[in-house]
Amino acid sequence: MSTPKMNATGEKSPQTRAPLPSQVVKEDEPILVAAAKAGDISAFETLVSRYERKIFRLAQNITQNREDAEDVMQEAFLKAYEHLSGFQGNSRFYTWLVRIAVNQALMKLRKRRPNQVSIDEDVNTGNDLIPREIEDWGPSPEERYKQSELAGILNSTIADLDPPFRIVFQLRDIEELSTEETAEALGLSVPAVKSRLLRARLKLRQKLDRYFRRSENQ
Amino acid sequence: MNCKTLVVELEDYLDEELDSELRTSIEVHLAKCKNCKLIVDTTKKTIQIFCNSEPAPLSEDTRHRLHDALVKKLGRPRA
Ligand SMILES: [Zn+2]
Repeated sequence: MSTPKMNATGEKSPQTRAPLPSQVVKEDEPILVAAAKAGDISAFETLVSRYERKIFRLAQNITQNREDAEDVMQEAFLKAYEHLSGFQGNSRFYTWLVRIAVNQALMKLRKRRPNQVSIDEDVNTGNDLIPREIEDWGPSPEERYKQSELAGILNSTIADLDPPFRIVFQLRDIEELSTEETAEALGLSVPAVKSRLLRARLKLRQKLDRYFRRSENQ
Repeated sequence: MNCKTLVVELEDYLDEELDSELRTSIEVHLAKCKNCKLIVDTTKKTIQIFCNSEPAPLSEDTRHRLHDALVKKLGRPRA
């Protein structure tokens, strides 16, 4: 086994692809958190730089406002630092951080659109969910688009969802919180999360269909 | 199981939270109903595409402002 190549500053060479955040989480997150709790500032900074992009995207997707998203991200990290001693380690640090960020983001959203946003309002889960004429997408429809194009498609698609669906989908399927964690973070029941999630998934499927259906891309 | 009753169980099916009996009856339906099969496949794909999407890097300005806010709080510049 060879050691990873190091460049002059001692960092791994760029050829070594960074592991996905969800993989990283499982490895050394508890060690970094313990160090940060013991007063190691650079450990906390490592956590920040690891998650800043994800937390910013989360805030952006919830608030749909760049300025608010930036505030939310800053507030979330500052709050996390402030309350680090109260973090018990019962959940992943990232899950805890997401919950802080979601609270900040929801406050912003409610301030901007007080009449529009109620996460716990009743949503009807009628029988209109299943469309009739479905088209095949083929095995890797996303590969027909450049990465930046795909990012644009995904952002505008999720922005189109109403907040109760958008936020549940964000937590459950993008941040990969469990159904229970999502319910707890949003103050919803588990069945409420599930019904919103199904609706969100099916709506997004429908919205992506026009980009991914095979017949129009051949 | 038919197209209408499938939707009731769809959420738990997608999250693999169904007991094996219910799961089997969904799979039996999916094997003979092209429409439901496509819905399930493309919905799974939708979840997968979002889940695998990488967040964009922060802009320089945004990073600087985060950096400054942290320095203020943590009391020393980041290395
Ligand atoms: Zn069917």
